[in-house]
Amino acid sequence: MKLTLPAFVGRIAFSALAALIGAAFALPLLWFVFAPFNARAELGLAIPDPWTLGNFVTVFGNAFAVQALWNSLIQSLGGVILVGAAATLAAYALSRSSLPGKGTITYILLLFSSVVSGSAAMVPIFLIVSAAGLIDTHLAVILTFAGGLLPTAMFILRDFIDSIPKSYEESAMVAGASPVQAFFDVALPVIRPGIVVVVVWSFVNIWGSFLIPFILLRSDDQMPASVAIYSFYSEAGTPIVTLLAAYSLIYSLPVIALYLFVSWKFGFRFFGGIKA
Amino acid sequence: MSNQPTTSGQPKRKVKNFALLSNWAGAVFLTPAGLLVAVFVIVPFFWVIFVSFTNRTLLGSTALNPQFVGLANYLALFDPANFFQRGQFGFSLILTTQFVLASALVGQALLGLLLAWLVQTVPPWVKRITETFVIAAWILPEVVIGFAWFAFLDRDQGTLNALLGSVGLPPGDFLLQQPFWVIVVFNTWRGAAFSMMLFSSAFSSIPPSYFQAADVAGASSWQKFRDIGLPLIRGHIVTDLILITMWTFNTFTPFLLTNGGPSYRTELVSIYNYRVAFNDFQFGKGAAVGVIMMLINLAFALVYLSIGRKKTR
Repeated sequence: MKLTLPAFVGRIAFSALAALIGAAFALPLLWFVFAPFNARAELGLAIPDPWTLGNFVTVFGNAFAVQALWNSLIQSLGGVILVGAAATLAAYALSRSSLPGKGTITYILLLFSSVVSGSAAMVPIFLIVSAAGLIDTHLAVILTFAGGLLPTAMFILRDFIDSIPKSYEESAMVAGASPVQAFFDVALPVIRPGIVVVVVWSFVNIWGSFLIPFILLRSDDQMPASVAIYSFYSEAGTPIVTLLAAYSLIYSLPVIALYLFVSWKFGFRFFGGIKA
Repeated sequence: MSNQPTTSGQPKRKVKNFALLSNWAGAVFLTPAGLLVAVFVIVPFFWVIFVSFTNRTLLGSTALNPQFVGLANYLALFDPANFFQRGQFGFSLILTTQFVLASALVGQALLGLLLAWLVQTVPPWVKRITETFVIAAWILPEVVIGFAWFAFLDRDQGTLNALLGSVGLPPGDFLLQQPFWVIVVFNTWRGAAFSMMLFSSAFSSIPPSYFQAADVAGASSWQKFRDIGLPLIRGHIVTDLILITMWTFNTFTPFLLTNGGPSYRTELVSIYNYRVAFNDFQFGKGAAVGVIMMLINLAFALVYLSIGRKKTR
């Protein structure tokens, strides 16, 4: 098909506009491409001379920074295991049993999960956690996130399980499997892609979270990396920019890796589609 | 088939009502999730209402033995004498409304719509690069984003002022001079990806023949957008607006850039709630703020779910 001149000019204008907006989005992040590899990085944009990995060595020599990354990992993995397991079981029950009031349960769960946001419920969450004696523990963060992420996780997984034909489990049961066996040996392997989506989504949510650990944790040895980074640049007077730049990049890597994984495997539409 | 009642009639009927999981097993499967959601989502909803009628504090005697104070917390929040003053609830509520209007409904939605329309027609590599940066702004952890903008806006060295200087414009200390517009631009930048992705997938669900027919008739891109694209994705636009309104209303991320300051000028209700409860230690008053936030969330959620229900029926 041949383009007319005005259409051609229009196309170029569209491309230029799209590229311009893309550049505007890239600008605030540009600094992160250079500063982590610059031994004398400041808040200004500068091309490293020479490029170095020295900042990363400094980060891994800082016990507090390493501990915080480790804490992030404990809290995220703990939360992910709970959300993955509990959501799979619950979604399977919502999809495959004929419990009365299933639809109502789902509706109420969705309603509550969108009404009770972290920033609206910070006071009662803090009070519940302190009534349970869990303030300043990993478990507090893990349980709070499990509760908060579960409704959406269950909803995503229920839709996923609904789309799988029942005949898989039925034929297993005709062959003599019990319902529980049919779930673990037949349904579970088929549901796995759905579980992966929910697990990745929960991990990214917990890993990146700030407010909940910020209010529930107090001591340095429980803090996740998000709170550590915030305290590095807000409380420490003049921030140690070199350390912070490299540390922020390390902290972002799992999220970037998971994003690439999901977009390679499923196309990115799934990713964080419904944020808590 | 139906004239063979002895062999196929019986099992067929059974299959129809057959649930793979008995009610008992179903209840067991639901229990772990049910408990977690009950304790950390449903109980907080009711507890916050209860606490909002007490004078509970974080420290001191009222921490252990809070007293019932009726509507005192609500009356303090809505005290007409200082309602609109900086650092008070009314100021914060109006600020949040402006923030939602400017950064979500105008910023994110319009920019998302524009981007979604643009990437339909541009060459794939332009589309790929643009989408990558827009989505990067959305997926990176909020603390990293907060620090990135802190560096970006730095008065002496920041990238933005360097850029302004290179085209001959005067530098500015934007976090001090225009804090509100900083968080508006910040939140637009942070969240535009969601609207872009939603609208992109909506546009790509429109049959290409509609646009081809318009091309034959010599329609311009604007005409195609106005007369074909926009009317056909109306449902998606409503969904998008409700979701980004709720998220922007509840967001705490600007705190990482401005701490609610300078002098309360970026204190959104979420940040106000944090300050009252965890800096001033007034849990009762903080709970009352929480209740009002949840009521507003409830209104949006009911609208959203009722639209969703209509669609599925």
